[in-house]
Parts: sequence; structure tokens; C-alpha cells
Amino acid sequence: MTAALDQGYADPRRLHPPARTARLLLDNARQAVAETLGVRPDEVTFTATGTDAVHRGLLGLRRGRERVGPVIVSSAVEHSAIAHAAAWVPGEHVEVGVDAWGRVDQDAFVLAAGAPGVAVAALQSANHEVGTVQPVEAVAAALWGPEAGGVPLFVDARASMGRAPLPRGWDALAGSAHQWGGPAGVGVLLVRKGARWRNPFPGDDRIDERTSGFENVPAALAAAAALQAVVAEQQEVAERQHALIATIRAAVARIADIDVVGDPVDRLPHLLTFSCLYADGEALVDGLARRGFDVASGSACTASSLQPSRVLAAMGALTHGNVRLSLGRESDTAEVDALLSVLPDVVASARAGAGG
Amino acid sequence: MSDLPHVDLELDCRGRPCPLPVIALSRRIGEVEVRQVVAVVADDVAARYDVPAWCRMRGQESVGQDAADDGVPRYLVRRLS
Repeated sequence: MTAALDQGYADPRRLHPPARTARLLLDNARQAVAETLGVRPDEVTFTATGTDAVHRGLLGLRRGRERVGPVIVSSAVEHSAIAHAAAWVPGEHVEVGVDAWGRVDQDAFVLAAGAPGVAVAALQSANHEVGTVQPVEAVAAALWGPEAGGVPLFVDARASMGRAPLPRGWDALAGSAHQWGGPAGVGVLLVRKGARWRNPFPGDDRIDERTSGFENVPAALAAAAALQAVVAEQQEVAERQHALIATIRAAVARIADIDVVGDPVDRLPHLLTFSCLYADGEALVDGLARRGFDVASGSACTASSLQPSRVLAAMGALTHGNVRLSLGRESDTAEVDALLSVLPDVVASARAGAGG
Repeated sequence: MSDLPHVDLELDCRGRPCPLPVIALSRRIGEVEVRQVVAVVADDVAARYDVPAWCRMRGQESVGQDAADDGVPRYLVRRLS
């Protein structure tokens, strides 16, 4: 990383020696990401952020099918980046509902994607808030069948990249380096060789036509190194985290009036979301923070938008008193025990504080 | 709207943020008989999702939504137990 900062500062598009070095380092990063993910190097683009990778992936596939129509189909539990991208272009955005675990209705999704005028379908690899894994490979296979006739599939894999193998069947896919412990400000866009992708944004005369501007070469190298490290221990960490979350899940379910959200088994390894009836989400976040546990919440009172989580709402889950726990790579039984020893009190005092 | 049931008790939760409308519902549903209907009038955005979720968790029945005279949403719950 220090070597990359020393040597990778130049614009990889130029021809002078420092630029050639930067180009070499960027190509090394691309090669490393491609090998780690099991894709071709020319399918890998580094973008400014994960959100940028989502926008470019989704809207680029849509632009490639503009002659067919403008419609974007997605699940109702995608990250808001999908909704914002869809709202930015003309044409309808059709959202397909999910079951109580947050898993998309596969038949309804394929039916919606097969309707006239659909340019692209988008389905996340796994849900970023509740962890439920989506049936990406089954949907991808069905999209090639007679009902949908080859509608391209965009996969937002930001929540799972590095934590689980990539699903197959995507035409474009997005990842975000900070999600796997790499630096912020590096997104990864994969576009399948042969996929019909057209730049939806103003073009730029770069080596890689799918991005714009001067790549952050040292950060891309750091992202690639972090991804290699995370994937090398993926299975071991995932098994450990899966078991720890199962323990927390069982303990949380024993506290009265708690709605534990998301698929208990087929889920991301490190994530647990639950909602506490009669408690305020902000009070729970603050109460846990005071005891040294930093958690997130999908409750309206904790959101910048002052709206409850679209994911929880689409699932019919309780939206107030929501807590989202995410384990670190180092989280262990002792940390889980410490959390579980304080959680009942935190919930009780948040409920007492809500008063009514 | 015409097939929504008769309301036996109306709770005014205007201006009260989540989780207060659901707390009010839980405290006062016992004031109606089983099979009778409580209406929660709430402008809090979360009530739309949280009143039906409360019903699912507590074994009561969510029977729909209409609006109070001033246009504020009103969520209807039938007491089952």
C-alpha cells in the first residue's frame, strides 16, 4: 500500500514512466480482483464508489436495451441506489414484492421482467438490511426462458461480495470495497463479456470506457488486496459468524415482543436485524452505544429521510424499535455473550423511556 | 371504504411519533369487547406498517385503513383476544 502511494500517483492513461507504472499497478489490481472473483480481467471496472458502480451497471444495461423499452423491474427490497437511479431516467420502475423473510417472489419477478417494454431487471445478491439471500441464479435462468426472453439482469452484490461466492447469471454486477474492509471510494463494476452495455453517462477518453476520470490507483490496489485476504478466509469466517448470529438470534427471540427479521438460515453470515415492540430505535442505538456496541437501525426516527426502512415496510415487519447488528471479522463468543448480557436491560429501559 | 366495520373506540394519536401510537393501541385495546374495533388516528409515517405488524405479533386482526374527517390516516384493528 505504501509502495502504491509512492509509485501509483500518476494518471494511468498517460505515457510517461510514472504513468506506465500506475497503469501497471491498476492492471495488477484488476487482475487480482478478477482472479479472486472468478471473472475475466476485462470484465472488471473500478468506479468512484459502490453506488456509482450500481448506477453504471443498472443504467448501462438499460441503455443497451433502449430500443426494447425504458422499464426497470426490481425487487421491492433493493438498496435505495436502485430507486434513485430508476427515478433519474424516464420510464416506469416496477417493484416486485417479497415474502415475510424478505425474499422476492420469483415467479412474479420473472413475469414482471417478461412484460413488454422492460429493459433490465435488478435483483440484489442478498439483502443489505436483513441478510436474506435472493434466488439470483434461479431468476437468471428463468429470464433466459420463454417467459422473459433474455432480459438482462443487474445484480447489486455489495452486501455479499467478499462474504460469499458470487451468484452466476448476471449481465452486470456491482460491489463496494468498504463493504469487505477495503477503502471507501472504490466500487467494482463487473460487466459480463458480450453483455449489451452502453455508457449511460457522459463518455470519457479513458482506457476503460466504463468509468470516467482518473482512477484512484493506490485505493484500487488496497481494495484488491483486502478482497484477496477476505476471500482467502471466507469460508472459515462465514461459518463462525453464521453460528454466532444463530446464537444471538435465538437469545433475542426469547425477549418478549421482539420481531426477528429475515431468513434464519439462507442469509448473510454476519447480519441480524430485529425490532422491539414499544421501544424507540434511537434509544436502543444509544443504549447499546453507551455499552460499547455500535449498531444501526432502520427505524424512521433514526433515518436521515425520517422514513421507516423500505425493506422492513415491504416485508411487513415492525419498523419501530429496529436494531441491525453486524459482526466484525474478529467478533467472538465473548463479545456475543457481552452483548446478550446487556441487551435485555437496554430493551427494557428503551421501553420504559418510550413511556406512552 | 363502505365495507369497513363500525368503530367502537377511536384513539387520537395525531402528532405522536412512533412507537407511541402502537403503545396507545396496546394499552387501550382492552377497553373494547372481543370482536369490537379500535381505530388509531395517526399521522406518524411508521404507523401504516407498525399497526398491522403489531396485530400479527399480538394475535389481533388488522382490518384496514381509512381517514379521519381531517384527512389523517386511521388504522382499524379488531380485538380477537
